[in-house]
Amino acid sequence: MAEYSVFSLVRHALGGHKGWARAWRDPEPRKTYDVIIVGGGGHGLATAYYLARNHGITNVAVLEKGWIGGGNVGRNTTIVRSNYLLDGNNHFYEHSLKLWEGLSRDLNYNVMFSQRGVLNLAHSDGQMDAYARRGNAMRLNQVDSELLDRTGVRRLYPYLDFSENARFPILGGLLQRRGGTARHDAVAWGLARGADRLGVDIIQNCEVTGFERAGDRITAVQTSRGTIAAGRVGIAVAGNTSRVAGMAGLELPIESHVLQAFVSEPLKPLIDGVVTFGAGHFYISQSDKGGLVLGGDLDFYNSYAQRGNLPIVENVMAIGCAMMPNVRRVRILRSWGGIMDMSMDGSPIISKTPIDNLYLNAGWCYGGFKATPGSGWVFAHTIAEDRPHAFNEALSLDRFATGHLLDEGGKGPTPKLH
Amino acid sequence: MIRIHCPHCGLRDHDEFSYVGDATKIRPNDPAAASPEDWHRHVYLRDNPRGPHLEYWHHVYGCRAIVKVLRDTATHEVLATGLPSESLETAP
Repeated sequence: MAEYSVFSLVRHALGGHKGWARAWRDPEPRKTYDVIIVGGGGHGLATAYYLARNHGITNVAVLEKGWIGGGNVGRNTTIVRSNYLLDGNNHFYEHSLKLWEGLSRDLNYNVMFSQRGVLNLAHSDGQMDAYARRGNAMRLNQVDSELLDRTGVRRLYPYLDFSENARFPILGGLLQRRGGTARHDAVAWGLARGADRLGVDIIQNCEVTGFERAGDRITAVQTSRGTIAAGRVGIAVAGNTSRVAGMAGLELPIESHVLQAFVSEPLKPLIDGVVTFGAGHFYISQSDKGGLVLGGDLDFYNSYAQRGNLPIVENVMAIGCAMMPNVRRVRILRSWGGIMDMSMDGSPIISKTPIDNLYLNAGWCYGGFKATPGSGWVFAHTIAEDRPHAFNEALSLDRFATGHLLDEGGKGPTPKLH
Repeated sequence: MIRIHCPHCGLRDHDEFSYVGDATKIRPNDPAAASPEDWHRHVYLRDNPRGPHLEYWHHVYGCRAIVKVLRDTATHEVLATGLPSESLETAP
């Protein structure tokens, strides 16, 4: 298949762009695969890609009930960062961030990864102390972080509310310059194309309806397109994990919640980084098309509905106006909801399960997108080697039973708070 | 907006309430006799159904009572509400 390059672009331009081949095949499912990945989102595709690229396992199918890019990988606010406090999380997310830095070249597909910086604002002395601690923890793990004072924040973002009237005055912030955003659709398409080129079958419109078991093993996956035998099965269906894992008889420490996101009408360049509010939950950046991309809290009740309610819309807009008064008359174009796997400690699960050849990738809470390449990398390792990678040892499913929780916020087993 | 029928106050908007969570989880009757696995199931594991879900809401900006609600998580439709002591009919 043709490499994507400026030369192929010129060649196809001369041919009226009629010669482009499809980016990935549309195969019929085979009778059997060495590995079946349930879920064709970013994590499932990345897992299939790294299974083939790092481990030479190419007899792999990715089963997607809808279409590639139609789930949470196309519903997020595209933020990438690795500013975590706890070692178990920090090493994993930093590995992922390093993979992001080379992903476009690796995939021969421009994922538009832009290291424009992620700034968390602080509004109290206690918060400044907490950020100093987190920044230091990051630096001890060789992750970049800068603690800014009020002047430092004002130099970067002079239009935030620095007035005397600010309800929550800005005291400073924690900045990770290597953080940023990526084009979420391109990530899905690039990974799908990359996996396909290595021999992986990507099967869309194929919903998993059950598992066939023999003792402690899964022997086959029942789907809307027939039964497919499998050597190993990986589940990467965040949002629907409880349902799919439930078909295999697992009960999980996860609740599904709806998280809304918003995009405004396109504007001239306004915000050149990602800014998050510290006295409430709010994050904003600007896409390359000019729309402001923003979001806030969950709706705070269990939901599978992929749409939220107006009280949260009002709350998100109120915070936005309080933080950045100059957006007050900007119009919102679209809003939508995605279903989050809210885990009981706010950290993800990439793990073996009580079933011998079933592996689980779940519990991403608000933060699955940034983990996409790292998650695929370590999940592929877990499936291929039948043991966790060093970077996901701490993300095991049994940590809830053994008490080795990874609770960044110290919030306890209340999923809506993470 | 979800509208919840509070048994004390009548039909109210859901933003008067704070969501508590799954109402099917019952704390072990005899804490001293409960095994670590019993506690694990009680504290961490959830059915997380797509469909009717039995849950508690706290009417924090109203009468401040806890209300039991049966709500469909796929549509947000409230199917039944009552006191915590009541057992609500599971939807057909």
